[in-house]
Amino acid sequence: MGNSAGATVDASTERPSLPDGLIAVVKRDCPTCEFVVPVLEQLAKAGPLTVFTQDDPTFPESVSPSDDTRLAFSWHHDIETVPTLIRARNGEEEDRTVGWSRPHWEKLSGVADLGSDLPEFRPGCGSLSVDPALASELAVRFGGSTLQSRRVELARLEDPFEAAFDRGWTDGLPVVPPTEARVMAMLEETSRAADDVVAEIPPDLHPATVEQIAINAVMAGCKPEYFQVVLAAVEAACTHEFNMHGLLATTFFSGPVLVVNGPIAKRLGMNSGGNAFGQGNRANLTIGRALQLVVRNLGGGRPGEVDMAMLGSPGKLSFCFAEREHDSPFSSLAAERGFGPYADTVTVFAGSGPTAIIDQISRTPESLVRSVAACLRSTGHPKLAMGFDAMLVVSPEHGRIFAQSGWDKDRLRSELESLLTIPGAEMVRGVDGMEEGLPEAFADGTVPKFRPGGLQIVHAGGDAGLFSAILDGWVGGNMGSEPVTVEIRP
Amino acid sequence: MTSTNTTSTEGGEPLVVLDPTAGKLAADLQPAPRPAGLSGLTVGLLDISKPRGNVFLDQVESHLGRLGAKVVRYRKPTFTKPAPVDLRHEIAVNCDAVIEALAD
Repeated sequence: MGNSAGATVDASTERPSLPDGLIAVVKRDCPTCEFVVPVLEQLAKAGPLTVFTQDDPTFPESVSPSDDTRLAFSWHHDIETVPTLIRARNGEEEDRTVGWSRPHWEKLSGVADLGSDLPEFRPGCGSLSVDPALASELAVRFGGSTLQSRRVELARLEDPFEAAFDRGWTDGLPVVPPTEARVMAMLEETSRAADDVVAEIPPDLHPATVEQIAINAVMAGCKPEYFQVVLAAVEAACTHEFNMHGLLATTFFSGPVLVVNGPIAKRLGMNSGGNAFGQGNRANLTIGRALQLVVRNLGGGRPGEVDMAMLGSPGKLSFCFAEREHDSPFSSLAAERGFGPYADTVTVFAGSGPTAIIDQISRTPESLVRSVAACLRSTGHPKLAMGFDAMLVVSPEHGRIFAQSGWDKDRLRSELESLLTIPGAEMVRGVDGMEEGLPEAFADGTVPKFRPGGLQIVHAGGDAGLFSAILDGWVGGNMGSEPVTVEIRP
Repeated sequence: MTSTNTTSTEGGEPLVVLDPTAGKLAADLQPAPRPAGLSGLTVGLLDISKPRGNVFLDQVESHLGRLGAKVVRYRKPTFTKPAPVDLRHEIAVNCDAVIEALAD
């Protein structure tokens, strides 16, 4: 019997003291621990021995184990491997060894001929206290949380999902309950301090910390590894140039559309292919949603309040996708905006949609570009120009038609600009029986459909489908919103 | 030796979550005190730069004049963005009250 006083494991979160003598930490699930049971029996006969067991409190029965299923001893004493053998005197650790090694165990215990019928060496197994699935929970339980946010204790009978709806925290869909452990796991994935202010979130201009954004990222359903993209997206959206405040307040349809470039998109399993705008991909959907929850919960931007959208759009729940770079005929959106090929970036664009461009007949870029231009001209209204931006999303099948004839992005853009330089006489009010249009003053010259820099071009979509897409933009430039790209940093 | 310990946080304990609003939902902002009348006061009229906002504000200005108020006109650079901080400060310093007008 080596179960000394002070080694009892209860509900306390305090650091358990070290009993004098030898201490072994084991778990039944570890074959090496099973293997050293006869050695533990030998040691128990030789002197004081306390055995802590992490999984099955009855293992190993022959040495009266102490229960460490809450992992308090293992966590506080930095057990990384089982078995671990420690020698302690006057509450201080003198030495430890991990796994089974006869020479090490004999030296540490001072007992000779240990496990003489066992092989000399056998590596141990991972300690449950460093299991990644438990790490955040244990850090909260024993490490003392350093989080600053207000704790909300839900009643025992309160459904946590309904509780979030009741408190106005959701976008209309259920959210993941933001427990401390989940938020801590999110914070592990950034080098930024939890109390670092990332941005002032409109409309209330709340200075949002990394921690507060992490809470909303948890609620959105983000995996911790998505968090750095969320932080970059929040930073990009809350710039003066992007103007999240105006975009939120407008009666128009648009919301922030996120385009992710760089190797991180593949690493996170983001979708740039089939159904990239649609359902089914956790990273795409939850990263975009996290930004919207930040605006809602930290900025105070809610529908019917500052958000005055006349109809809104489904993309205001989340609109986030990756550019299909690996077989793109074009330089990427990030490259065009000055970032290198290995940079991870997120670009925010004020938009909604998609609107379809159908052309299943054209096999030459000269024909296809005319179809694209005709559809782009009708963005917003065929007789309005320069005010509203757009993003053209070229599909792989359409992209191939441009690529086969050697059209790069510059060529495509310059052909579109020329086709979308429109005689003012076609655009002014009253023409074609439509009162809407440009003021009469534009009648004599030509007008570009888009302001300079007002048309973005990206490549995305599945392998099959002779369609492309337009994401209708919002008011462009200083008057409204300028796309903003931010590098994603760990 | 028996034990009821588990490694789960949810063994019947109440769930604790973190407030995602930074406590903002509890924010309690009071509107500035309302003036009893407008006679002798300086009233700012802020045109947010929506089309024809000036037409509406011209009408408001003449009504305010009849009530004995002195009117000062201001204009935001664009309706899509909040008024610049300098403009807000200028209005706060010069005016007793302000009317912000929307028009389309």
